Formats: sequence, structure tokens, C-alpha cells
Amino acid sequence: MDYINAIVLLLNYIFVPALAYGSQLALGAIFVTLIYGILRFANFATGDMMSFGTMVTILFTWYFQSLGISLGILPTALIAIPFAIIFMVGYMLLIDKFVFKYYRVSKSPPVQLAMVSIGVMFVTQAVVRIIIGPSDRRFFDGEKFLIKASEFKEMTGLNEGLAIKSTQVITIVVTLILVSALFWFLNKTKTGKSMRAYSDNEDLALLSGIDPKKIVMITWIIAGVLATIGGALYGLDKSFKPFTYFNNMLPIFAAAIVGGIGNPFGAFLGGYVIAFSEILLTYAYKKFFIYLLPESLEPNSLVQLLSTDYKFAVSFSILVIVLLYRPSGIFKGKIL
Amino acid sequence: MRKNLNVIAAYTIMMGLIILVGIFQSWNIALSIFNLCLISAVMTMGANIQWGYAGLINFGIMGYTALGGLAAVLISVDPVQEAWSAGGSNILLALLLIIGMVLAIRYMLKKYEKSKIRTYIIATIIIAGIIIIRFVSEPGIEAIEEVDPAKTGFLGGFGLPIIFSWIVGALFAGGLAFVIGKVALGLRADYLAIATLLISEIVIAIIKHEDWLTRGVKNVIGLKRPAPYEVNLQQTDWFINLVEKFNLSKLNLITDLTERQAALNQFVIEGSSIFVKLCYSGLFLIVVIILLILTQKALYSPWGRMMRAIRDNEEAANAMGKNVVKQHLLIFVLGSAIVGIAGAMLVTQDGLFTPGSYRPMRYTFLIWVMVIVGGSGNNFGAILGGFVVWFLWIESAPIGLYLVNLTTAGLADTHFLKVHLIESVPYFRFLMMGIGLLLIMRYRPKGILPEKIEIK
Repeated sequence: MDYINAIVLLLNYIFVPALAYGSQLALGAIFVTLIYGILRFANFATGDMMSFGTMVTILFTWYFQSLGISLGILPTALIAIPFAIIFMVGYMLLIDKFVFKYYRVSKSPPVQLAMVSIGVMFVTQAVVRIIIGPSDRRFFDGEKFLIKASEFKEMTGLNEGLAIKSTQVITIVVTLILVSALFWFLNKTKTGKSMRAYSDNEDLALLSGIDPKKIVMITWIIAGVLATIGGALYGLDKSFKPFTYFNNMLPIFAAAIVGGIGNPFGAFLGGYVIAFSEILLTYAYKKFFIYLLPESLEPNSLVQLLSTDYKFAVSFSILVIVLLYRPSGIFKGKIL
Repeated sequence: MRKNLNVIAAYTIMMGLIILVGIFQSWNIALSIFNLCLISAVMTMGANIQWGYAGLINFGIMGYTALGGLAAVLISVDPVQEAWSAGGSNILLALLLIIGMVLAIRYMLKKYEKSKIRTYIIATIIIAGIIIIRFVSEPGIEAIEEVDPAKTGFLGGFGLPIIFSWIVGALFAGGLAFVIGKVALGLRADYLAIATLLISEIVIAIIKHEDWLTRGVKNVIGLKRPAPYEVNLQQTDWFINLVEKFNLSKLNLITDLTERQAALNQFVIEGSSIFVKLCYSGLFLIVVIILLILTQKALYSPWGRMMRAIRDNEEAANAMGKNVVKQHLLIFVLGSAIVGIAGAMLVTQDGLFTPGSYRPMRYTFLIWVMVIVGGSGNNFGAILGGFVVWFLWIESAPIGLYLVNLTTAGLADTHFLKVHLIESVPYFRFLMMGIGLLLIMRYRPKGILPEKIEIK
């Protein structure tokens, strides 16, 4: 019985939250990696683009709520997301047309494009804060829990409860659907294949008649979809605050690089690597050991490897280690 | 003279703007803008050495700034004796253990060939070391943090004049840069940018949460000043006489004696804070001028030419026998050290150290905007960038408010759009910075004052 309790404890506090958080990071990391693989620059506006998409989602959610539309037990934001995506893609294409295109056409070095993306970051951040303000916002409605801790305890008769928030399930399901659709698109369709070819060798791709304008446009569209959904899922699960989104850029970068930048599958796994290591290393295992060990060996301290204050530092340290020993990431990067 | 006309013109306009602020808003505001402009100028000089001279991207400016600030705390605060006796020995032991660990790793790296076993042994040393250090330091840290937590709860510093911290801050930042440079400089440009950005976040996390060293988010306040205190000034005779002399014409208009005294008091209070700010301006100006002379000399020296050669064509420079790796490391350390000075200056001016206020937006990206806008590779440009961008950063709120009022003049004061826009005026600064950066990068990619290399 104690063993089952210990396992449920880990499931509740580590596995489920890390899986949800990892999915949110994974979407962002694929976004970074796509931009890096095809447009060839590190996009420092990542976090703020996601916050822009989330902001539009929130605005649509409010609008639908005022109309009285709801999905019952599911959050209203789910209907708002498709509309937000349309907006977001428009914004991305607009930015590309007025900002990034010039540097791409004149073949500027990647560093310059990264600098330009910092300009975009400032502008997007300002737009978001001017429109919706810098404060913390929750836009979740519907049923909060799929399984409540108390219900779980009653059902199984265990001491430990397992609470599963519906947002966590939605996050994981949506991520899986989206990512499999994306991989199917990249691997099976002609456009996806031409994107991979373009990312692999630009000149050769151009020689074989691939239209770079189309590739770039599709990249931005996919990026817009990923940014909006990733941002909205994070906002649903936790809450929406522009500053947090800006900060999230850092673990997202870490995930993309750990997985091998330019490699979407690596980025997908990288998100989970970062999320799990953050939570595993900062969780206090005291209760876990109390269940497992005999009474005489029970630990007095919290058995915490690092204090939760260092949550971000963990992912960055992993990144630094990966950069040092395997700069191309766990999976070889640079090719879609 | 003619050649430098644009430099002189740009600086004259900038000074004119600050003086206009002094006339229309207040001299106090103008001087605090000017002081922060000077500090920003030091930071941009540091970033410019790295980016402009050598083409190295360093997004870790925030980390070095914070280390400079930490130096200010460690140098100027009086040591907390009880804390030292409570846990000092544990901390010192932990420090020795860290040094021992590093030496052991170095020994392993030097002595043995690269192999799997070596990697595993090093990993074991690190993990075992961390566990032992935690066991040793934990009781000490707890004991230290329990010593009067509302006031101290940390080890304190050395109780030296805070001015020394400017040098120590440079050493701290340079030391960190040495470690980072050793580790990360081999990376490609954009990887280096991300790596330095993340490492600086780690530094901030440590400063924020190691309360025994820095008091963490509880902040350290009331640092000693290198300048006189306003309260003391207001009671000194020579200062009151000085203020009286300055404002004689205004004071003479008042005939009533008590009123005249009240007016004089007001002038003294205002004057004292202006005087203190002027003291800081003087100190900062000295630093800026010294650094400017040194960096200019370096830029036109054979060393500077070599740096440009490395920047423009690494392989060719390497083929000419220049040690690219070593020079990159050197310049990384030098630039970061200058940023460290700025960090210490900033804390010196504020008189307080608030680890929570170090955010990448303000201390990394804004500095980069300054460098790009001012003109990378040109020291005068970088300093000007610091001035222009900081000025706009502060003054964009009033400008934004003015613009909002202008564009929504037709709307009623209670109209929701107008109220909303007026509330969000502080964020116009981000908009301004972003658009400014984008415009400069597009139409004047070399900055306001572009790099100009003349052979002397």
C-alpha cells in the first residue's frame, strides 16, 4: 500500500504537472526551432509573440462570454483559439513583411536578425501591455478538475490523492494532436518536405524550384498557430501575465537547444526534458521517503536537491552543460 | 575639428535636451537623468568593447551589473560580527571545499588524457563535492540568517569606503566573465547570446536567493555614500551661504524677514539634493572620461587594429598568427569588467541594493539598444546612445501622455479609451524603444555616430 501511495504522490506532484508544463514548453520550443531552421535566426520575441496570441485569445474569450456562448465543462477559450490564430498569423505576416523581409532579402547575418527580433520584442511587449495591461489575468472557465484529490482518495482508499486539472488534460491532448499533425505535415506532404529541404540546403532547394516566399509564409503561419496555442494553454493552466511570458522565453530556448536547435522532434522532447528536470530537482522528497523507508530511516530534512527558487536556474544549467558537451543538442540539430 | 562636427553637434543637442528638462521640469530630474545617462554610458562602453571592437555578443550584461552591485554591498557594509561568529566558519570551510573541488578537477583535467573514466571521475567529484558542501554550509547559513533577520541576517561586508567597490565590482565581473568566456566563447554567435543570457539569469537567481550573502529579496538599504548627506548639508553654514548667494536676486524681492527665511530654507532643501547629485555627476564624469581616454587609446593602438582584424575576418587574423581565442577571452573580460564598474556605480548612487530589480529588459536589452542606436564600434557613439536612449526611456512617459492627450482631444475625459490609454502611458517607452531600434537598424544600421576608422 505504501508503495502505491508513494507512486501516486510522485504522479500527483511531479509527473502530471511536468507533463503539462513540458507540453507548453514543447510547443514554444518547436516554434523557436522552426524559425531557426527556416528563417535562420534566434527569435528573441518568442515569449512576447506567445503573449500576443494569448492576449487575442483572452479578448475573444471575453467577447464570447459576453455573448453567452460557452462550452459547458470545457473552457470557452477553446472556441476563441481559432479566431486568435487568424489574428496572430496576420500579425506575424505583417511583422515579416515590414521588418524581417528586408533583412532576409539582403542576406543579413543571423546576428542582425536576432537584434531585429529584439526590436520586435519591445514593440510586441508594448502593444500587449497597452491593450490588456500588465496585470495577472485568469480566463479559465468550465469544470476545473477532472479528478479531485478527495474523490480519488474515496475511490481508491489511498492516503494520497491524485488531482488532475482539466487544463492539464486539455494541454496534453491538444499538444499531442498538434504535434502529430505537424510531423505528418513535415514528413508526408509535399510542402512539408520542401520546407525540410529548404532548411537543409537553401541553394539546392531553390535550384529544384521551391518557392522561398511560400516556404517563409507557411513557416510564419505554423509559427502563429504554435505560438497562440502554446501561449493560450499556458495561460489556461496557470495565468496570463505578460512578464511571465517574457521570462518563459528562457526555458523555451533551453528546450529548443537541448533538443538540438532546428530539429522539431528534438525540441518536442527537449520541452519535457527541461520540465521534468526542473520539477524533479526542486521537489522535496521527504514524504516520498517516509512512505518507502522503514521508520528508523525516515529523513528529517526535506530531501530537496535544490530549493524551488532555483527552478529556472536548473534548466539553464542543463542548457549550459549540453552546449558544452554536445553543442548540436541531444538530437543532431540544424535540419528539420 | 571639422571632421568631428557631427559628434559635437550630437552631444550639444543631447546636453541641450537635458538642460531643457532642467528648465521646464526641474533641475533635480535633469540631474538624475544625467547621472543615469553617465552610468548607462559606462555600460554601453563595456558592451561596445565586446560587440563593436570584437563582434562578441554578450547578453549577460544584467549579471555583471548585479555582480558590481554585490561588490558595492560587500565592500561598504560593516561586517556583522554575530553572523560571522554564528556561521562564518562553516561558510569559510565551504569556500575552501569549493576551491579544493576546483583544484581537484583541474588536476584531473591536466594529469589524465581525455577518457570516459576521467569524465565519470570528474562528475563524481562534482556531485560528492556539492553534497558535502551543502552539509557543511547548511547549518552555517541557517545560523547566519537567524541573526536579527529584520536588520541583518547576512554576513555583511568589509566596511570600507564604497568607492573601492567600483574596482572590486570590475574584478568580480571580470572574474565571472573569465569563467563564462572559458566555457562559452567557442559557441556560435547566436548560441553565445542565448548562453550568456541564461547564465546571467543564473547569477541573478543566486544573488536573489542566497540570503546569507546578499540578504536576497530583503534588499540592502542605507549604503554609505561617497557624497555628503542632504540632511547634514542643510545645517552647514558654508552651504547655506552658497545657496543664499546663488538665489540673492530672488531673495531680495522678499522684504518680510520670516518669509525670506522660509524661502531660503526651501532653496537650501532643493539645493542640497541638487548638490549631492552634482557630486555624483562629478564622480561619474571622471570615470566616464578615464574610460573614454583608455578605450580610445586602445581603439587606435596596434591591439585595437588587431581586434578589428579578428572581428572582420577571424580566419585571416588567425593565419597571421594572432591568438583569436585568447584575444576574445581578454576582450570579454575587459568589457564585462567595465559593466561591473557601472553596476557598482549604480548601487552607489541609489544607496540600496535590490536584487529583485535586475531584469533582462532593463539591464540587458536596453543596453543593447543603446549600443546599436548610438553606433557600435565608436566610443563616442556608444556613449551618445546611452544618453539618447536613457533620456527617451525616462521622458517617453511625458511624451506619450502628451501624444495621447493630443490624439484623443476630441473624446470626453471619462471616455473608456482615453482613460485606458492614459493608464498605459508607462508602456509607451517599450514601443518607442522598439520602433526606434527597428528604424535605426533599417535605415542607419551603423548607428547615429557610425564607426569611423582613420589611420593616424
